Amino acid sequence: MESFYLSNIDGIYVIVFSVLIGIELIKNVPAVLHTPLMSGANAISGIIVIGGIIHLLTLSISDVSSIVAASLAVLIGTINVSGGFFVTHRMLAMFAKPKNKQ
Amino acid sequence: MTIYMNATYLLSAVGFILGLKFMASPAKAKLGNVVSAVAMGIALTATIFWYITADITYTNGLLVLGLLVFGSFIGRFLSKSYAITQMPELISLFNAFGGLCAMIIGINEAALRDTNSLFLVDKSILLLGVVLGAASFTGSIVAYFKLGNKMKWNAPPRAFTTIAILLMLSLPFLHMLAPIDFNFFYLTAVLGGLALIYGLLFALPVGGADMPVLISILNAVTGLATALSGIVFESTIMLLGGILVGSTGILLTAQMCKAMNRSLATVLIGNRKTAKAGNSVSEEQQVQSISSAETATLLAFSKKVAIIPGFGMAVAQAQKECFEIQKRLETAGAEVNYIIHPVAGRMPGHMNVLLAEANIDYQYIIDMDEVNHKMRDYDAVVVIGANDVVNPAAEEDENSVIYGMPIIKAYNAKQVIVLKRSMASGYSGATNTLFDRNNCRLLFGDAKSSLLQILDELKKI
Repeated sequence: MESFYLSNIDGIYVIVFSVLIGIELIKNVPAVLHTPLMSGANAISGIIVIGGIIHLLTLSISDVSSIVAASLAVLIGTINVSGGFFVTHRMLAMFAKPKNKQ
Repeated sequence: MTIYMNATYLLSAVGFILGLKFMASPAKAKLGNVVSAVAMGIALTATIFWYITADITYTNGLLVLGLLVFGSFIGRFLSKSYAITQMPELISLFNAFGGLCAMIIGINEAALRDTNSLFLVDKSILLLGVVLGAASFTGSIVAYFKLGNKMKWNAPPRAFTTIAILLMLSLPFLHMLAPIDFNFFYLTAVLGGLALIYGLLFALPVGGADMPVLISILNAVTGLATALSGIVFESTIMLLGGILVGSTGILLTAQMCKAMNRSLATVLIGNRKTAKAGNSVSEEQQVQSISSAETATLLAFSKKVAIIPGFGMAVAQAQKECFEIQKRLETAGAEVNYIIHPVAGRMPGHMNVLLAEANIDYQYIIDMDEVNHKMRDYDAVVVIGANDVVNPAAEEDENSVIYGMPIIKAYNAKQVIVLKRSMASGYSGATNTLFDRNNCRLLFGDAKSSLLQILDELKKI
């Protein structure tokens, strides 16, 4: 547990392939979708909340300062995740409205 | 058991990739968002199930669940409590939360680790994650306030930035050379604090018109902080999610810079000096104004009309009135198009979202590049609350702040009518030389009430 993932060649594979996939995925995005995409990606980066959850579930509840810090992180991170997805949904819902045909 | 967790993480990784892929196409974007959200739910649930073991009291589990539920409600509430015009602000606010979360988790991790057994590379990864998270947090907060026009701070002297960077670079070396006095946790906390200041210094010089680029790059930075935390926590899904956000964010930033014909460096350095030079000219401008009745008459006799919306339309919430005028002109036999500049408003696609809200069909919305060479065909162009994106100074005046930015060549149309609240300059602060042109007339007033007046006049004709 003391040595991080980077020592593992798999981690490097994950990084390189994720970069390539990321570039490939949004190479030809129309400008219309830039804002929702940014917002959706922002929600995905909220996956960092997992770190806080791991802290909360591995710490003893008596370790007050760390528990408080981790709780704050989980709360803020969850706001980022849920708010990000809801706001993206709200933006995209506008495009999905029935279109007027004269 | 490990195999189940890895299988669920793999599932959510696929979900993120498919979600982003769908989000890149207009027809499937909504589905893509749902897929990503479900993938996130799977990843979080799997983590909770995996880490709830016999030694952990239920208190911790309940705490996690409570925080997740409570946080989701706050997020949902926030996402609904902002007007659709304020989406860019909201995105920067959420990004600030992401950065703060990364910073707290990193500092907490530094406090919990037995740091003597950490390798140098591991420490660096942890530190970098904290620094990126912290800088992204304060940078996004600056973006949030700048977008809401709640802050008019001047850019701080560059020396501060240099000092902050030098301190951030030198402190880790001090720690390395004298590890006894300087505990790793304090180093992490101090670097985090410095990075908070650096985030401010980084974001403050960026001009208002460049906010989309700033938000996009800060989004990418949060993604990278997440990826680094993924390495720290040995979590492939965090690593993958973070890297995906980082790489898409950087590419998106590059695309936006390209749309504005500016290099990332000029955006980040900011344009303090030239903005002032541009402003001094504005007093000499001779403009011709027009009444709403005259505008209505002019539009009634036009065969081909273009509407160029900008941030002013978003502020005035005038999109529905636009649609009303479009319908009326179309029944009179005119052709009406909307021309959208890639960076009109405060975010790319900002205008499209607004027009979609008013039920205006895609087919009437044209990209700048498609029409710029045939602007002469338009009898009338109505510019609603847009300024910099139609400013010919971008093509003519080498001293202008926006020189080199591609613009909609509205000045080529037979008649241009600009709906404006006042003679204030656009977000970039550049003087708009379009207003000096003979074929340009200004209709002063709030965009919404002006459009309503035009509509009334049109009904009389």
